[in-house]
Amino acid sequence: MLCCRKLTPPGLLEWCSPSEQDVQGPQRLPLTPGDFCLWSHARLPLSDTEPAEARDCFKALYVHKFRAMLGKSRLIFPGEKVLLAWSGGPSSSSMVWQVLEGLSRDSAKRLRFVPGVVYIDEGAACGQSPEDRARTLAEVKLALQTTGFPWHAVALEEVFSLPPSALRCSAQEAAGTEGAYKAAVDSFLQQQHALGTNGVERQSQHCAQDPQSPTGPPTTAQTQALSRLFDSVKTLTAKEELLQTLRTHLILHVARNHGYSKVMTGDSCTRLAVKLMTSLALGRGAFLAWDTGFSDERHGDVVVVRPMREHTLKEVAFYNRLFAVPSVCTPALDTKAPEKASIHRLMEAFILRLQAQFPSTVSTVYRTSEKLVKAPRAGCAAGPRCLLCMCTLDVDTADSATAFGAQTSHLPQMQTPVTQARGAAGPCCCAGMGGAPGCCKREEPRAQVMEQLCYGCRVNMKDLPSLELLPPYILSEAQLRSQRATAEQEIREYLLGDSEDEAGTGES
Amino acid sequence: MGTWELSAGIPQSLLEVVVLLPASALSRSLDLPAWVLFRRSRPLPPLQDPTMPAPQCASCHKARAALRRPRSGQALCGACFCAAFEAEVLHTVVAGRLLPPGAVVAVGASGGKDSTVLAHVLRELAPRLGISLHLVAVDEGIGGYRDAALAAVRRQAERWELPLTVVAYADLFGGWTMDAVARSTAGSGRSRACCTFCGVLRRRALEEGARLVGATHVVTGHNADDMAETVLMNFLRGDAGRLARGGGLGSPGEGGALPRCRPLQLASQKEVVLYAHFRRLDYFSEECVYAPEAFRGHARPAQDAGGCAAVGGAGPGALGRAPGAGPDSAAPAARRLLPLRGAGQPRALPGLRSPGRPEPRPAPPGHRQGPPGAGRGGAATGAAAVPTADFRAGPRLLETPVPRGDPAPWGRGAAYK
Repeated sequence: MLCCRKLTPPGLLEWCSPSEQDVQGPQRLPLTPGDFCLWSHARLPLSDTEPAEARDCFKALYVHKFRAMLGKSRLIFPGEKVLLAWSGGPSSSSMVWQVLEGLSRDSAKRLRFVPGVVYIDEGAACGQSPEDRARTLAEVKLALQTTGFPWHAVALEEVFSLPPSALRCSAQEAAGTEGAYKAAVDSFLQQQHALGTNGVERQSQHCAQDPQSPTGPPTTAQTQALSRLFDSVKTLTAKEELLQTLRTHLILHVARNHGYSKVMTGDSCTRLAVKLMTSLALGRGAFLAWDTGFSDERHGDVVVVRPMREHTLKEVAFYNRLFAVPSVCTPALDTKAPEKASIHRLMEAFILRLQAQFPSTVSTVYRTSEKLVKAPRAGCAAGPRCLLCMCTLDVDTADSATAFGAQTSHLPQMQTPVTQARGAAGPCCCAGMGGAPGCCKREEPRAQVMEQLCYGCRVNMKDLPSLELLPPYILSEAQLRSQRATAEQEIREYLLGDSEDEAGTGES
Repeated sequence: MGTWELSAGIPQSLLEVVVLLPASALSRSLDLPAWVLFRRSRPLPPLQDPTMPAPQCASCHKARAALRRPRSGQALCGACFCAAFEAEVLHTVVAGRLLPPGAVVAVGASGGKDSTVLAHVLRELAPRLGISLHLVAVDEGIGGYRDAALAAVRRQAERWELPLTVVAYADLFGGWTMDAVARSTAGSGRSRACCTFCGVLRRRALEEGARLVGATHVVTGHNADDMAETVLMNFLRGDAGRLARGGGLGSPGEGGALPRCRPLQLASQKEVVLYAHFRRLDYFSEECVYAPEAFRGHARPAQDAGGCAAVGGAGPGALGRAPGAGPDSAAPAARRLLPLRGAGQPRALPGLRSPGRPEPRPAPPGHRQGPPGAGRGGAATGAAAVPTADFRAGPRLLETPVPRGDPAPWGRGAAYK
């Protein structure tokens, strides 16, 4: 059994056990005898023992939420390849378990997509020793093999060998309409009937497939480069954000390589509420709808989906405990960090404390996040995208009356004292519109990268003293984009209309 | 004393050599009382600067720096900081085209630090902007608090020679003071915060006061920390409507209201306090008696602690992140918020009623239940003096509507929708 009880993430125990600190984790559902069951509408018996029906109802509700989330959205077409991002933690383990159970049901209610699992080994960033990493990896491989899905265990060091195309947003396919979804389902069902037993064979063939293992374990040079990068970041907040960014890029790269068109992440309701408030504090308020919504299509061809959105962490913990879902706990960046170590930890502690007094806090924040609309800002339609998070840049340098304008006007003063010495040449190349000649830009790689980032990413990058330690794909893509922008500036008067779209689809 | 002044000029190392070597031989020969006296009489070493000798002002390079700006960490002297602060407020007003020349501006003055600083800065900038100022103070009828604050406002009005108008809830809203509202909402046994009512009523009172003086614009002294708290609080309450309406630098005046703005919106609270300190402004600094019950108090720890964490983690530059990032970055998101379903009631938290407009509900006179818009609490206690005005008449507003100028000439009207 791979249930790991020792290294539970801090704070999980207070979510699990509603009453006193129960070190064993939740033993039974927190039910009062005589309550009404909200699922089966039966009254619970007045005895003290937990009825078996309560567990069944709980499981039924839990599974129903998962499937309803997927079914309502109509985003996942039958037969589609979906990558499950598994971190080993409780929510993503629960998600993988749900998919496993969903695929093994009788044919009418079976989930109809083709899953694969990816695990990212972040031990180098978290400062784990090689022995611990090897041990965790062995546990992970065992767990992944039991699922029977094609799996990929990738080390975070692979970011150093990513191509710059990982940062490019490819052309988006036409969004599936109602009719398209129904047509796809109908044709899939017809195919299944026609194939008959062949369909079953194809399914088992997927299971027996050998895992596509990557290019061996990471080299020590890469591990050292990664540790150097993370050690140079000054604050834990920026470290966490950087880790999330790199992890996202790597997962997307794996998905693109192996032909997956969807990625499922196991973010639960509680985590998403904390993420929303943290994003507000980090200056990513403009992108809340993408960061916390059900589907995140900013990467173009690969869509990130969050099916565990409606499950609170408490429910996940109960389910995992009652139905013995295997999970592998590994220490993260902020394990055992004090409360004020980073904005993420702070917001998490704040929301949980508030939840204790006002029990509807998490669900209120979650419902508010559902109401966010992904409309672009009026007058700033398809502009350039942020280099790291690939959201449409919310930079409006003409809007200098806002705090963003106030911040950017400080940027040249703080970061590039060299340019100030040069005089007039300095401010214009940092002010963002790229009017200066190219020579300024080539000598200011930091300013070059910074002006291609959105506000939130800029604030994070301020805590990174030297950008040279970043993986090369980020730096080369930044250089490419700025060269392109400079070139476009020169030939702007000869261009007829917007050539971005035509040129964009040309490259890959 | 003499030795202290002398030692102040001697380098530290020399002092130690001079004092400590003979002192050890001497002190060993003394008995305890004499030794204690001897120790106490030794001159203290001059205070060592932990970082560096006091830096120079980064802007005028002449005076010694007196403070570091919270957001950028720049060391400035008092005069340069005040000048920079005023320049930034001027820039906000001019770039956002908030107060056109010739505007008659009603400043919401509560006597607190924000409105005091706002009135002072606008008074300095008034000749350049070409505006005229009026102070409007609102008397909510909170005993023991508002009277002292109003006294502060009166002093300020006298000192700055600005006309002052005081509007009272009791006059505008048919005898309902905040104390009466608090009594009636507390009647049901559960303590409900009445800050939401106060906020809504105060906006209306400010509006009426502004019309009374013939103003064309209303300004309030909300700073960046207030805006961040508001955004966080509205997310925690699930108030999608307010999130959608908020953000931006003010409102152009919907539904016939006067355009209002917040020139101090980009200044953090610490800078406002620093400005008030360096200009030696006299303001009233106690907390409202009902403030501990406000839900905003719950949003404040997150916002304060976010600032603390940023200081604890990185340098001073990150301090601007938590308060400064909130209002602006959430503003674009907030502008796109559309309550998709059930646009009506935001989910109310227990202990906090969803805000309602104070609509007059017809109730038989003398019946103690059903005050307009307030809680559905039971009968007020016998000791409460519930206003016996006729509620059917609605709030007694001023009859003579003041003619306003052109509808607000905002430069970017579309941005405020």
